Amino acid sequence: MPLDIYLNVAVSGLLTGLVYGLMALGLSVIFGVVRVVNFAHGEMMTIAMYLAIVAFQAFRLDPLVMMVPIAGVLFALGYVMQAGLINPFIDRPEHAQFMLLVAIAIIFVNVLLLVFGPDARSVQTSYAFDSFAFGRVIVDATKVYAGLAAIVVAAALFSFFRFSDTGKAIRACADNYTGALVVGLNVKHLYALTFGLGAACVGAAGSMLTLIIDVTPPLGPQYTLLAFVIVITGGLGSMPGALLGGVLIGVTEALAGLLFAPSAKSMFAFAILVLVLLFRPQGILGKRAS
Amino acid sequence: MSLAGFRGRGGALLALLFAVLILAPHFINDYLLTVLIIILYFAYAGQAWNIMMGFAGQLSLGHAIYVGLGAYTAATLYVHFGIGPWIGLLVAIPVAMACGAIIGFLAFRFGVAGVYFAILTIAFAEFARIGFDHIAYTGGSAGLFLPVAQYTHNDLWNLRGKPIMFYYVMLAFTAAAFLLCRYLLRSRMGYFWQAIREDEEAARALGIDTFRYKMFAVVISAGMTAVAGVFFAFYYNNLFPEQVFHISRSIELILAPIIGGIGTLFGPVLGAFVLTGLSEAMTELLHMLGIDVPGAKQVFYGVCLLVVVLALPDGIWPWLARRLGLGRT
Repeated sequence: MPLDIYLNVAVSGLLTGLVYGLMALGLSVIFGVVRVVNFAHGEMMTIAMYLAIVAFQAFRLDPLVMMVPIAGVLFALGYVMQAGLINPFIDRPEHAQFMLLVAIAIIFVNVLLLVFGPDARSVQTSYAFDSFAFGRVIVDATKVYAGLAAIVVAAALFSFFRFSDTGKAIRACADNYTGALVVGLNVKHLYALTFGLGAACVGAAGSMLTLIIDVTPPLGPQYTLLAFVIVITGGLGSMPGALLGGVLIGVTEALAGLLFAPSAKSMFAFAILVLVLLFRPQGILGKRAS
Repeated sequence: MSLAGFRGRGGALLALLFAVLILAPHFINDYLLTVLIIILYFAYAGQAWNIMMGFAGQLSLGHAIYVGLGAYTAATLYVHFGIGPWIGLLVAIPVAMACGAIIGFLAFRFGVAGVYFAILTIAFAEFARIGFDHIAYTGGSAGLFLPVAQYTHNDLWNLRGKPIMFYYVMLAFTAAAFLLCRYLLRSRMGYFWQAIREDEEAARALGIDTFRYKMFAVVISAGMTAVAGVFFAFYYNNLFPEQVFHISRSIELILAPIIGGIGTLFGPVLGAFVLTGLSEAMTELLHMLGIDVPGAKQVFYGVCLLVVVLALPDGIWPWLARRLGLGRT
């Protein structure tokens, strides 16, 4: 029955969208606190993807297990980037920050190209062709695992920001920069920590995405754009918004690929972006700017 | 001793540069000539982008859309109707201007600003990229090709001929863009733009119709950029949506003015020389060292970019102008 096909594709899009959402969550957290748009976001995700692929090819380590150490590596990378390069740029105009991150992105993409070459790589797990049947809906096992893992990581991040002292301090920096300085918070360190956490989200998401898509170095800029589309749709700086945006874009792209040409699917994502920017610029779940 | 007044040392420097560029093709080989063409192309396109960002403070990261529309309009007219590039230009410029007007209207009417505006411009360029992939009339993703032959003479009317003709055409465009930007910057509108760039609310409080002048900036910049697109189409003779509208084209285009110095007249020109020179020198160097791996050049390029961004936040020209004792233009 055709309805089943749509349902299957929509569910599959939803699960992929959760992983996209986790990636975009990283961007949203960084923007929400540091107020810097990470133009190297997708590039950082390809780094995570290659780490997962190397771990799998060399040691047969499952990307779902490697998710944790890779998130750790990306956290360190993010911390160093913010502490060493981006912190001095916080007060600079947007175009200067943009240039800095574009330079970093160019270096990332091409170092990956140097090391791994231009060929697409993927991970073939033992469960790559397994699937679950929920009634008449059949879903790939890999997508179910990846989607669930994305929810777990996002939940961990939510609770960190909500309940831990460091998380509260970071939110204080986001709410009132000067106030945070006055009460003696080490803002530079907290910013670096935030960038690290955003990068860790990307690391976890990238590791999972190797189960779903093949990776090539030029994938980076494409995913940077995708992350922009998702966070702006959901609301830049809003954490649930990023996940919702991810799901929305994931389902839209999957259905558009089925109904129209697969190559035209991202057109619909950009169309949603334009509509959101015009009619609800703060995003679906974003707070209205003063 | 103001540089923009074409007096004193600055004026002399400008006259010298122009004279050198006019005479240059007689002293250099074909390879260097093609490098100079690329430099002039980026100097021109950077100048056009600079009107929006440097003068009026509106960050566009999707200028590839205007290049692409200009290129596709002129190339389609030539391939399907045999209409030459100069007439094509008269169609391409209004097409790009209309597109700029639509983007500008939507953004400025609905209050899309800053980072959001930049991302909106990317979205439109990406939309065009995927759209053109699916338009069969212009070749879709398989590309649009202009007929090419061995040329014995230069046909300026149809822009068919040897690199030296393209060089002088691009030099004329670049010089014209420089003069136009200099005029605009010192005009009433130029001062309104700078007021908007520095503080939009204050500008509005002073009675400047900010919507109107931001629209002018986008439309003029789009129209000028379309000219670069027409040149691109006739110089390279092939157009692929994946290349012409790609985000990396938009970024490539804005590097020169940012590195050279945003909002200055010399910035885009200087930036184009530095960046293209750097990139070509890197290719040569790696070639000499026998390193032939994809990505090696771009890594160096990225590192150089990083160094300039970190060391010279306002770009190279303001720093150089101070060193030379010239005005900040």
